Amino acid sequence: MSAKGSLLEINNLNTGFRIKDEYYNAVDNVSLTLAKNEILAIVGESGCGKSTLATTIMGLHNAQNTRIEGEIFYKDLDLTKLNEVLYNKIRGNDIGMIFQDPLSALNPLMRIEDQIAESLSYHTSLTKAQQEQRVLELLDQVGIPNPKRVAKQYPHELSGGMRQRVIIAIAISCKPPIIIADEPTTALDVTIQAQILDLLKNLQEETEAGIILITHDLGVVAEMADRVAVMYAGQIVEQATVEELFTNPQHPYTRSLLNSIPREDEFEQELHVIEGTVPSLKNLPRTGCRFAPRIPWIAAEEHEENPELHEVSPDHWVRCTCYKHFHFRDEEGEA
Amino acid sequence: MTELIQIKDLKVHYPIRSGFFNRVTDYVYAVDGVNFTIEKGKTYGLVGESGSGKSTIGKAIVGLEKTTSGQILYDGKDVTKRSARHAIGYNKDVQMIFQDAMSSLNPKKRVIDIIAEPIRNFERLSDQEEKKKVKSLLDIVGMPEDALYKYPHEFSGGQRQRLGVARAVATNPKLIVADEPVSALDLSVQAQVLNFMKRIQEEYGLSYLFISHDLGVVKYMCDTIAIMTKGRFVEIGTREEIYTNPQHIYTKRLLSAIPKIDVAHRKEHMETRRKVDQEYHTLQKEYYDEAGRVYDLQTLNATHQVALRNVESEGV
Repeated sequence: MSAKGSLLEINNLNTGFRIKDEYYNAVDNVSLTLAKNEILAIVGESGCGKSTLATTIMGLHNAQNTRIEGEIFYKDLDLTKLNEVLYNKIRGNDIGMIFQDPLSALNPLMRIEDQIAESLSYHTSLTKAQQEQRVLELLDQVGIPNPKRVAKQYPHELSGGMRQRVIIAIAISCKPPIIIADEPTTALDVTIQAQILDLLKNLQEETEAGIILITHDLGVVAEMADRVAVMYAGQIVEQATVEELFTNPQHPYTRSLLNSIPREDEFEQELHVIEGTVPSLKNLPRTGCRFAPRIPWIAAEEHEENPELHEVSPDHWVRCTCYKHFHFRDEEGEA
Repeated sequence: MTELIQIKDLKVHYPIRSGFFNRVTDYVYAVDGVNFTIEKGKTYGLVGESGSGKSTIGKAIVGLEKTTSGQILYDGKDVTKRSARHAIGYNKDVQMIFQDAMSSLNPKKRVIDIIAEPIRNFERLSDQEEKKKVKSLLDIVGMPEDALYKYPHEFSGGQRQRLGVARAVATNPKLIVADEPVSALDLSVQAQVLNFMKRIQEEYGLSYLFISHDLGVVKYMCDTIAIMTKGRFVEIGTREEIYTNPQHIYTKRLLSAIPKIDVAHRKEHMETRRKVDQEYHTLQKEYYDEAGRVYDLQTLNATHQVALRNVESEGV
């Protein structure tokens, strides 16, 4: 699935966490590409490994307790092989990250201007005065009214939406070609969420950056993404363009997920519930279709022994063969 | 009359203390003059952004928050005072489901003790009967029997929230105040909890006051919806009225901000959203008075009320 001219190329990435001398993969054999000027959404429920994927790309894991295998190529540079010094050159400068909880991502004891200037002084050769100028520009760019005043303030003096804007300002301060946004609007109200998403979209159009948008909100995906990868239990189970995924979902997990959203006109009907629970990292079956235990009415022979991604139509990939025979429990199976 | 609870001009103000003598210098108007009624067997939605005062109303009804002024009537009797609540079994009839299931369940207690606690407060049952009752409650929320002797940390988020639901139903209440019951849950788990809540309602004829910021969930659950901002209601109406014919700019803006799963029309949707947002900023004066306060509610029809200065000039 390698594409020419891609910004970031992830090949067979595994991230394992150590639990008592054994490593358990939270991200399991994930391959992805991110192109310039593209928003790639990664969707999944909590515990599916989507945030671990993000932190692995950023190299935020402690080497003693994690095992990372596979390749993450950025400009012919394999990020998994980098040491800490080189990684620091990449972080912020080439890959910016937007965190979910802006209050814990900001230093409560630093003024806003100093927090933004931190990465500028690390990565650029701007003078103090130039840095100050750039900070004000950035605050203005992310739509903060009265940047001069806000620059002198501390994080606790700002509202949640404003803090998230500051985080975005830090992430884009060095104009990185790649931005990873990990649940950027989950902690925010809908109206603020709409503003932040608009802002992200505008920034992306201006800078032509590639954005990896990690979220559990399918509405946000439908509004923002160009391409979508659905993750379940550490694996990508389906990957397609956003139009294709919402109009023609194939994998049972994607279909179940879409079906459990409260619908416009079906107040009388019960919501669809996916049976069972997501297995914990330790108890995850490592062979066979991982979604099989949650659709027990589908016969075992419909699943593949070692499920692989199949290209069902151009650029639409689905894992395992069970999608061909899948039907919801209350529907009649096709013969 | 099927009115269960009536709320009249409810106000909850928090004092702000400052200065050398720690004197009260100002108030936060968390809830500032709210009226509504809850009927039997219906679900009421209370929607607003964070800080709008929606949770404060819920807490005031349950009795976790002192009211500054106003009345809460239960079956026609005033229950604003603590002593009055006790006498008519109000505390038994009104229960609450909290947002964060983990912090609302005592980590040192077993499930049987957690769920039986409200029963022990109000009824005298033998150990056998109590166990039977708890088992049946677990059954209602679809939990296995062996959960009885487990501790809260042994469950997943969705299961914990279902324990919270089971505890709230334990005393056969007439009203359950559900404060953001599913906002911490994943989509498929959320569906599970909502299904159980609906099923229990049909079985027991409960009323819900459903507090949420998620307009999609509220739409699925609620018959009547109240939209709130800055401690006051801006609009109350049936589900259809709020979603198809919103009158207040605040409601319109809130509705347009929900991300829609409609990839083909996302450009148009974004444009409408921007247009409404602009309108919201330019029309501030039309919809709010000089002090930025929401106007009093005007009646449009029997079910639909909206906070406008002058309804006639709107040409409804």
